[in-house]
Amino acid sequence: MLQKNDSLISLDNAGIFRDHNWLVRGVSMTVEPGEIVTLIGPNGSGKSTTAKMALGVLNPTEGVARRRDGLKIGYVPQKLSIDWTLPLTVNRFMRLTNQVSQNEADDAMAATQTLHLKKSEVRTLSGGEFQRVLLARAIARKPDLLVLDEPVQGVDFNGEIALYDLIKNIRDDIRCGILLISHDLHVVMAATDRVLCLNGHVCCSGTPTAVTSSDAYKSLFGARAASGLAIYEHSHDHEHLPDGRVKHADGSITDHCHPGDGHHEHDHASHANDANSGAS
Amino acid sequence: MVITNMTMQAMPMMQIVGQVKMLDDFFTRALIAGAGVALVAGPLGCFIVWRRLAYFGDTLSHAALLGVALAFLFEVNITLAVFGVSICVSLALLLLQKRATLSSDALLGLLAHSALAIGLVALAFMTWVRVDLMGFLFGDILAVTVSDIAVIWAGGALVLFILVIIWRSLFAATVNVELAQAEGMRPERANIIFMLLMAAVIAISMKIVGVLLITALLIIPTAAARRYATGPEQMAVLAAIIGVIGVIFGLFGSLEWDTPAGPSIVVAALGLFVLSMIPIPFLHSYNRQSNKSVNAKSRV
Repeated sequence: MLQKNDSLISLDNAGIFRDHNWLVRGVSMTVEPGEIVTLIGPNGSGKSTTAKMALGVLNPTEGVARRRDGLKIGYVPQKLSIDWTLPLTVNRFMRLTNQVSQNEADDAMAATQTLHLKKSEVRTLSGGEFQRVLLARAIARKPDLLVLDEPVQGVDFNGEIALYDLIKNIRDDIRCGILLISHDLHVVMAATDRVLCLNGHVCCSGTPTAVTSSDAYKSLFGARAASGLAIYEHSHDHEHLPDGRVKHADGSITDHCHPGDGHHEHDHASHANDANSGAS
Repeated sequence: MVITNMTMQAMPMMQIVGQVKMLDDFFTRALIAGAGVALVAGPLGCFIVWRRLAYFGDTLSHAALLGVALAFLFEVNITLAVFGVSICVSLALLLLQKRATLSSDALLGLLAHSALAIGLVALAFMTWVRVDLMGFLFGDILAVTVSDIAVIWAGGALVLFILVIIWRSLFAATVNVELAQAEGMRPERANIIFMLLMAAVIAISMKIVGVLLITALLIIPTAAARRYATGPEQMAVLAAIIGVIGVIFGLFGSLEWDTPAGPSIVVAALGLFVLSMIPIPFLHSYNRQSNKSVNAKSRV
């Protein structure tokens, strides 16, 4: 328990039950200071739900979500629409949730290359500009933890590389932990320390493989892009069938899939006490 | 009027008597009361507009008539009874939304009109009470007393004070609830306090414009302010100022042409809104300038 106090956030066997369904279940993960964790998974796999549990926006139905005392979070939500009736300039938007000095705001906008938009109204921005402004706002308050929900959606390939570079620089500058959500199942940010693959539960997790080590990828992505990206190789011991059931490596088919349900080869000793609740 | 109140202490005794006597004039009392309500309604109305709660404001104000009926039934202060009923309706709405099989607007319509109908029926049953219903429906600003003014200014100051305290978290929750929650703004608490403030404003402004027109006082000055506002705080201040101007024009208009005071205030506010729609060359160039800077994108 002692080393857990250092984690920015930790989920322990956490799950959310809504409308007769487990949106996500049995998720255990931590984000340490200075660490970049990427959550990947198909649509509806519970990535955002997991992030919201970690943020404290949703309370887990079972399991525990812990945040370090006094943890300062910067959050970039997946969707944010500004009503046209709201007069809101980028400069004012920087101060949405706490007071930051003009210098801090300017630095954050300069880091995300949005300083020239300072006086623009937020609703007149293009998708890519708005994404960077959201990021600028989140880092202006110097968070301990940055949570980014699909920050590269709607951004073109070069934009994606640039954004990943930027996120890596932010981590290096303010030494915050970063929880990144991506819908891309195979290509992740190269600076990622850990990848969690979700599909209603944690399917597998591991470290990505650097793309730069392969000449084939280099020629496919281009040398600059390849340095920002990495390939994640999944190692699933089960398969998700179209009807939602799960086929395990040992050939059995169950309605759900949880760590500790006896179908997984790797040891889940830490969840042994939860094994009963997992066998639904 | 504010200025005369503030400088009052520095004045010799005779003049103070003169000032207090000024409150004897029903028209002056109406101006002070109306301005007090407008100052509070503007900033609060901004949130009504930003959060698209116009119909919610209507619901609360219609329910106010039920508060009036209950006040007569239990012989309690009307303002307090209206405040209480408004809170109950807000809470009922929150509960119904959580277990809703109906959409929010249908729920609001249900609550608004059933509360209004129950209020009217209850008043009809109380044959011993002679109520000027029109006074409650359309307001009776020319009949405000000095104690009404005290309630409006004290209550209004309290509402504005609380609004300033919760401003940042309420505004953050208006932009995005999840973001506010994630960054420790406690949006649910801010939302509940906001509902209480709404109930309070409806209770104190009912006498000024009447239950049917309260929402107008909340949203029309705000709508007029939107055009000129460059930020949320400016919009709130502008809405308050425009509201006060609307009250002044409306009351003088009603005196001049012998029209009902409450509706005249709303018509005057509407006039200011229409004025705000007229294009002004300077504002256009400002918009174009900000568009230009948007076009000068950097490559990312």
